[in-house]
Amino acid sequence: MEQELGKNAVWANYQKDIADDHYYYCRSCIRQAFLPGSERMFLHIVGNVLGKDIYDDPKHTTCTGIAYHSDLVPQETTATVIARHFALMTEAGYENMAISCITSFGLYTEILETWKEHPEEEEKVRDYLWKATRREFKIPKNIAHTSDIIFHFRHQIAEKATRRLVDVNGNPLKVVDHIGCHYAKLFPSKGVGGAEFPYVLAGMVDAWGGQQVDYPERRHCCGFGFRNYLVMANRGYSVANSHKKLESMKPYQPDLIVANCPGCAMFLDRWQYTIEQMEGKTYGANGQGIPVLTYEEMAGLVLGYNPWDLGMQLHQIDVEPLLLKMGIDYNPAGKHELGARQLTIPTLK
Amino acid sequence: MWGYSIAKSQSIVYDQNDRTIINYVLEQEPSLRTCMACGGCTSTCSAGNLVPFNIRRLNTLLQRGEYSQVKKEIYNCMLCGKCTIVCPRGVNIRNVVLKTREAIMNSEKSDANDTNAI
Repeated sequence: MEQELGKNAVWANYQKDIADDHYYYCRSCIRQAFLPGSERMFLHIVGNVLGKDIYDDPKHTTCTGIAYHSDLVPQETTATVIARHFALMTEAGYENMAISCITSFGLYTEILETWKEHPEEEEKVRDYLWKATRREFKIPKNIAHTSDIIFHFRHQIAEKATRRLVDVNGNPLKVVDHIGCHYAKLFPSKGVGGAEFPYVLAGMVDAWGGQQVDYPERRHCCGFGFRNYLVMANRGYSVANSHKKLESMKPYQPDLIVANCPGCAMFLDRWQYTIEQMEGKTYGANGQGIPVLTYEEMAGLVLGYNPWDLGMQLHQIDVEPLLLKMGIDYNPAGKHELGARQLTIPTLK
Repeated sequence: MWGYSIAKSQSIVYDQNDRTIINYVLEQEPSLRTCMACGGCTSTCSAGNLVPFNIRRLNTLLQRGEYSQVKKEIYNCMLCGKCTIVCPRGVNIRNVVLKTREAIMNSEKSDANDTNAI
């Protein structure tokens, strides 16, 4: 009993404060380009399903993260762009930030931590921002990644769910959770569970009836790594990381991978195609790939939404075997419809 | 087709690698120690534009004591010396190439003598 209390006491140190309501939303460049359904679904779940106040500001821009981590933009510029976002949040009357991208989340945290250690840098950036835009800002009271917010409300989502993460026979789906490195490896106290025991996605899996898969390379990077990917000659290092993870998870026969970083979701998905083309190897059942979902897609499925409205037809790895396994009644013909628009149907040449 | 392949895992054990060639080159051309791996030499290299020859990568391989690729590429240099002109650290790269060739020749001679002796 005492030992249990001790464990709970230790675990309490690995938690973070997540605001309950009134969020200023910061969009993600990668998600808007490659996973637009997830951004839309996050706003829908928080605003309409959970009934929270969230502001999607059209004046918000990139955080410069990709350019910053590629050495194209100096830290002062990035800090000033982020200071402008804080100013937009202040002007809109919000104090809690909901950041959609893991790169941005890491970068906002990095800038705030830099200012804590070097207040003169904050003064300098305040001056830059004033001279450039005549704007002033308050430091946010709470910064949460959007996966933190879905995690925070995971039990409410479970109450409203029409499906669970189980197969047609009621057996839990085996889910690999993949946490973006910039979520908690940079500043462990800023993530649920810290860098060692991140629980942000595993908590959703537990709450929605799935089964976590623990495997040797669970905490390994997906390999995106900015310069690893952006320079073509380095891409072998990027794909090697995903390759290592996929090799490690394959014996556990996962049904799906869920990621909280847009880069990870994209690369774990796209690199499976690359590896299949290069080496003829696949990692899912029946010679197929392992579907890679965002946490909004996973939440959307348990809430009963149409997978094509979630944007799951835009994945590289086909999600239909997963939908069939879960017994989801979906319309295969609707796969290439996006609203009133018809998507181009891929053809083999 | 891809322009890259899946990188293989490797580890470099400096203490176990043979550093005979790089030690000889550094002794003969100490300016190489000031290289900061900017790659100016490689970007201006005429030979490198036409055939596999990347002086920046060769320096990395030399420093690691991994010579097989160095031996394949080092004779692709035309000794034009443009790399030496652009080097911001004043490394005499042309001489580095000459001394590397010399060291490789010496090591091959010594290997041949060892074989004959056996």
